[in-house]
Amino acid sequence: MANALDPHAAIATTASGAPDRGSLTAADGKPLARALARSQQRARRRAFLLVLPLLAFILITFVIPIGQMLQRSFYNDGFSANMPQISAWFAENPRGTEPDEAAWAALAADLSASAEERSIGVVGTRINYDVPGTRSLFTSTGRQVRRGIEPPYREALVEIDEDWASPRLWSAMRNAATPLTGNFYLAAVDRTRADDGSIRQVEERQQVYVMLFMRTFWLSLLITALTFVLGFPIAHLLATLPMRKSNLLMILVLLPFWTSLLVRTTSWMVLLQQQGVINDILVWMGAIGSDGRLQMIYNQTGTIIAMTHILLPFMILPLYSVMRTINPSYVRAARSLGATSWTAFRRIYFPQTLPGLGAGALLVFILAVGYYITPALVGGSSGQLISNMIAMHMTDTLNWSMAAALAALLLGSVLILYWLYDRLVGIDNLKLG
Amino acid sequence: MAVPTYASPLERVWHYAYLVICGLIFFFLIAPIVVIIPLSFNAEPYFTFTEKMRSFDPEGYSLRWYRSLLTFGMQNPDATGAAFWADAWANAKWVNAAKNSIIIGFFSTILATVLGTLAALGLSRPEMPFRRIIMATLISPMIVPLIITATGMFFFYSNPCELLGLFGLPTSCGRLAGTYLGVILAHATLGIPFVIITVTATLVGFDQSLNRAAASLGANPRTTFFRVTMPLILPGVISGALFAFVTSFDEVVAVLFIAGPDQQTIPRQMWNGIREQISPAILAVATLLVVFSIALLTTVELLRRRSERIRGVTPH
Repeated sequence: MANALDPHAAIATTASGAPDRGSLTAADGKPLARALARSQQRARRRAFLLVLPLLAFILITFVIPIGQMLQRSFYNDGFSANMPQISAWFAENPRGTEPDEAAWAALAADLSASAEERSIGVVGTRINYDVPGTRSLFTSTGRQVRRGIEPPYREALVEIDEDWASPRLWSAMRNAATPLTGNFYLAAVDRTRADDGSIRQVEERQQVYVMLFMRTFWLSLLITALTFVLGFPIAHLLATLPMRKSNLLMILVLLPFWTSLLVRTTSWMVLLQQQGVINDILVWMGAIGSDGRLQMIYNQTGTIIAMTHILLPFMILPLYSVMRTINPSYVRAARSLGATSWTAFRRIYFPQTLPGLGAGALLVFILAVGYYITPALVGGSSGQLISNMIAMHMTDTLNWSMAAALAALLLGSVLILYWLYDRLVGIDNLKLG
Repeated sequence: MAVPTYASPLERVWHYAYLVICGLIFFFLIAPIVVIIPLSFNAEPYFTFTEKMRSFDPEGYSLRWYRSLLTFGMQNPDATGAAFWADAWANAKWVNAAKNSIIIGFFSTILATVLGTLAALGLSRPEMPFRRIIMATLISPMIVPLIITATGMFFFYSNPCELLGLFGLPTSCGRLAGTYLGVILAHATLGIPFVIITVTATLVGFDQSLNRAAASLGANPRTTFFRVTMPLILPGVISGALFAFVTSFDEVVAVLFIAGPDQQTIPRQMWNGIREQISPAILAVATLLVVFSIALLTTVELLRRRSERIRGVTPH
């Protein structure tokens, strides 16, 4: 550090009677301001270089993969890339044009080529998202067209399967003819594009996503409220007890925090099931009959109980660290001025705990909104959250674009909350135990 | 917390009621974890206390589920002596899962700890540019719902070079999905936020003049780091590493999406066991994991106290 550019060295050597501010110089005769700026620049670069490896790692293994995944929510070239001629026809002719013989010829040529390249399944899958049951229409027609068909193509195709004349199918093909699409987002909010291109709600029995989003937010809110109700007294007790005792009791909070999520979920399955410990105790106490055992798991109740238990430490820890810093003499002062204990709590103590409450509530809510494992194991069908729907589209229906659109909406809301958390609490104040 | 002398009788009653309520909440927190321990010694395949267990009849208890952890997947469970253990080591499914979990946990922890500690050192410097946004990015793997992370990784890891096509480079270079390396990278990503949080928390009370003192006495930056900085932040680094290890050891969603059949880990094996046919063997695993987390918690707590002592920070 014995460098001439070091600002500390510079200040020591520039005292020799400079007449005006501009001519302060460092030991090597360069202007001090510039030397200082360079030194700071270098310090910044050094700090940044320390962070750079990790930043690159996170960008490559985390940010880019999520970005790539989200791209699928608005970009799907399964149809347009494999059916170029009919896609071109759609581009030339506006919506509402009856398909003419040129369109039918283009369709037949594309079907034949696509069947030849074995990409017809991809094409069918893409249309199948919009019109269920059409995947096999594409694959079977593709096989027959490949063997050769005679013009006029309209009659030939309709003879293979009369579904080809359906306006709904043509509308779906038109929607899929451009790789950029907002249709998956429309579907994610239970909307669809009608045959004339207007946007309308899907049939009532197919409206699942909005309901699931509402349920996810409502349950997360409820769980946040429950963790607050249960966490507040505990945090208060821990913060006011002498250090030795509170450290001991803190173990009871930290042990669940350190215990595997699957272990905690399993123990709730064991406790709550119909032949489980809680039902046995209730029967033994005579509170319920042996045939009236409560159904507390594989439904919303199970999800709520297990998630409240799992997320409770995330509420207690921030509350505790704020309550530790609250000076007890404020409450005493309020009491000495005549406030009842309730007034003193409500007007003096509680407002001071708000930063901890905000931090805990936001953290619990953010984590709850994205929960997957616990609802999947104890939620039954009424306790599933939006994450479970994303997983279902990923692994069962293989509608990856739909999964991506739902993930984008979920991610958007989580990031807004995260931004709020950073604004209000500051990420630096995130503490673990 | 004692009742103040000026408290009214009603306040005294409320105070004791409050202590009872707190007791009940502590019970809610800890009971589910404690209750599985005796249940894992159940002699019957039930998830509740049998008549014999309640009367503390030794016949009501057994180690059969612990034994089944070893024998499940073995080729010849009736062998004795060294042959039994050799078979268990090579073939038992839970033993294999434990081996995989430890291998993956170990390497992902090393990666997360080294990168995370370096970054935390940079982030704690006052000169760090764009501190806020970079910090937010590095912590985000903890915040983003796991299912979204796992989905993104599922596509990326099945063809990691897809984006190189933008630069006109070849777009396929093998798969990371279904390999140990892929799972290790994924788990390192998920563990990094914990390392950053614990190490930056340790660095908050760090006295930068110690580094200058070392430098003024002629130490080069490397010596300064290893002889001055490192010993002081080591407790924080180790607890960060333990957090990262636990994250990996407990992680199942990313494993479900990107691991192949060879990367069977303990949580994945548990997940399968719970979804298919839940047997008390799961409780035996759970009990072992609880013992494991008690050990980890004790270590972290001791480290935290040591860190506070050597840095001269008193908890407030």
